[in-house]
Amino acid sequence: MFYEPDLAVIGGGPAGLMAALTAAKAGASVLLLERDRHLGGQLVKQTHKFFGSEKQHASVRGIEIASLLESQLKDLSERAEIWTEATAIGLYEDGVLTVEHQGVYKRIKPARLVVATGASEKYLSFPNNDLPGIYGAGAVQTMMNVHGVKPGQRVLMIGAGNIGLIVSYQLLQAGVQVAAIVEGLPVIGGYIVHASKIRRAGVPILTSHTILRADGRQSVESAVIARVDSSWNPIPGTEETIPCDVICIAVGLSPLAELLWQAGCEMRYVRELGGHVPVRNERLETTVPGLYIAGDLTGIEEASAAMVEGHLAGLEAAASLGYKTESYEAERQDCMEQLRSLRAGPAGQKIRQGLSRTAALPVSRPEVDHAV
Amino acid sequence: MGESYPSLRIDQHPILDFGDRKTLAFTFDGQPMTGLEGDTIASALHAAGVKVLGSHFKTGRPRGYYCAIGNCSSCLMIVDGKANVRTCTEPLRAGMVVETQEGRGYPDVL
Repeated sequence: MFYEPDLAVIGGGPAGLMAALTAAKAGASVLLLERDRHLGGQLVKQTHKFFGSEKQHASVRGIEIASLLESQLKDLSERAEIWTEATAIGLYEDGVLTVEHQGVYKRIKPARLVVATGASEKYLSFPNNDLPGIYGAGAVQTMMNVHGVKPGQRVLMIGAGNIGLIVSYQLLQAGVQVAAIVEGLPVIGGYIVHASKIRRAGVPILTSHTILRADGRQSVESAVIARVDSSWNPIPGTEETIPCDVICIAVGLSPLAELLWQAGCEMRYVRELGGHVPVRNERLETTVPGLYIAGDLTGIEEASAAMVEGHLAGLEAAASLGYKTESYEAERQDCMEQLRSLRAGPAGQKIRQGLSRTAALPVSRPEVDHAV
Repeated sequence: MGESYPSLRIDQHPILDFGDRKTLAFTFDGQPMTGLEGDTIASALHAAGVKVLGSHFKTGRPRGYYCAIGNCSSCLMIVDGKANVRTCTEPLRAGMVVETQEGRGYPDVL
């Protein structure tokens, strides 16, 4: 037996929730699949207030946005069905999606699909990088803000992008010491407003530095860091041992695109977007007709952009089935404008550069840019 | 472990209020332990000072959790006799029997 909704959405984070909500509002029947026991994705651990504009819930905390979107979707329960503890395990050429839902294997044949599976944390190579006590920044956030558990007593943070800065601040809020933030680049990657808060709290941000190794018997007891030159080589004599029981890795994210590879979407390696991302058109449709994408899977950005992309993908998927409301054109234009504004200025330059390489090529030619 | 280890529970937070959470008793490698309602197995163990959840199936090096959202498989343990449970996302329940996982969790699997 197949479940046959108008639209299936894979992933109940900010992008997937917005896609499901928008399509259900337009009149489509929607099935939302979420691997976890709760909706919201990584919003549920984001205790900080969002930037952007009012439309993207600026100045509202991520945790509050998650429950807001969830309750809006539950108000549409006659058209929107939600499956939690539902892991998408296969996506086939004939459009069949297979799912393990609370221990039961199920098959779905949706008319349209929005994939919003998000991203996973990148890792860093250094001796003893597998010691317990070395955690991803997202893991530290989950432990603290969802479960109420500190990762340890004294943390060395690797990475001064927005995640590294925000999690450092959240560690301080939870009463954990942050020894330093180590950043390989000569500049701080994240927003200066976050960096200033951390510096005011007395935490040094060491740019042009890297971690050389971790040390400890059963778990982390210290780390060795050093200054690097402009070619990223450690400068001898600058090594410093930092006592710490946690090393937090905040060196970026990679899109979780396995399902898209399986479905046969054309993929392209775009460094600026965090890894392999699907080729897509302006409507966020991939090279597999009817398969739309939204959120970090399309390229690593903020949750604000994920919500707008989810809105756009849900709107377009529903419209392509004839669920086209009077406000369709206005909503579409508004989404595009919001995305333009979120990606404007010097902070969005990398994203804009990356996105310029995700459009389908007019003539197929071999790729020259390979993953390193 | 347990009583003597400095607690890693967050008791005061400027934004979050974890409220009064019910205590849940479970065992870890035969020792009695407690966690709180809303914990995963890994968060309860971590709060009690347990960082090593298993060992690598080839090298034997100690393993802790890494991603805490069910992506990376670094936190696999034996729970109520079942091997390879992702303890970072599995909710803690009263009476659970949690054991360190050696190798791949079953004696008959290489």
